[in-house]
Amino acid sequence: MKFSDFVSVDAIRPCVAANSKEGVIREMTQSLVDAEKIAAGEMDSIVKAIMKREDLGSTGIGRGVAVPHTKHPSVSRLVGTVAISEQGVDFESLDGEPVQLFFLLVSPPDRPGDHLRALENISRQLRDEAFCKTLKEAGGPQEVWRLLEDADAQSIAS
Amino acid sequence: MTIDQTENSMHETHSREVVVENEQGLHARPADLVAREAQRWESRIEFVGKAQRVDGKSILDLLTLAAEAGTHLVVEATGPDASEALDAIGSLFEQKFALSEEKTRTHTNNTKQEEQISSDSAGIKAATCEGVAERNTNS
Repeated sequence: MKFSDFVSVDAIRPCVAANSKEGVIREMTQSLVDAEKIAAGEMDSIVKAIMKREDLGSTGIGRGVAVPHTKHPSVSRLVGTVAISEQGVDFESLDGEPVQLFFLLVSPPDRPGDHLRALENISRQLRDEAFCKTLKEAGGPQEVWRLLEDADAQSIAS
Repeated sequence: MTIDQTENSMHETHSREVVVENEQGLHARPADLVAREAQRWESRIEFVGKAQRVDGKSILDLLTLAAEAGTHLVVEATGPDASEALDAIGSLFEQKFALSEEKTRTHTNNTKQEEQISSDSAGIKAATCEGVAERNTNS
């Protein structure tokens, strides 16, 4: 599953303002509401579910990257977005490093395969340190989108 | 992502098959548990899927397997504690990673979460990307 299959370009936040774990999650969820990918009335329930998942173990998977996510019955297809924090946010990551790059995913409960394929794509691309670095430095949503598209194109080619 | 461990290469490689038996597949939490278990052992541990071979000690690598329920994987361990490592990893798969996904969720303690939710999430003052932050929070 490519980035362009689940990342909403309108919801990309290259300069996230929040400086706490929940703040970032809330801001990203709000961006999906603004992009009309999730219903405004479901926002609190989604944020709560994502935080609940974080309580089970941080999704900060190292290298300054976190993948906060949840399954939620209000979505009929996998939706996601990307955010970048310039100064980094403490996410209780596995390696203790602050997180700069966030991929937030909300998936329908009955599609575990899609969720796995989105995680597969994210983790495969993030093993490339140069990709992480350029993404963290991206200046605007369009630039982030272009980098994601380039990554998609490369993964098809390889 | 194979790390060159010359000491381990003196040892014979042990291998066994594991099956992803939980309904949700090898998603982030089980991958985390497997990587942590693998990290406890000195041996080099690799997972062999259909088209790839990955480092069992790396959560990112394990996630690239996108192993759905029912997937068969081969685990290879090379090193002084290879056989014990395989037993431990094998039993983690057999126990479906010792997590009952739905149950774990409902049993989560809410106290910490309530606390976090009540904290102010705006954090606007921390904005360093000025114009953009402003646009985001006002939208």
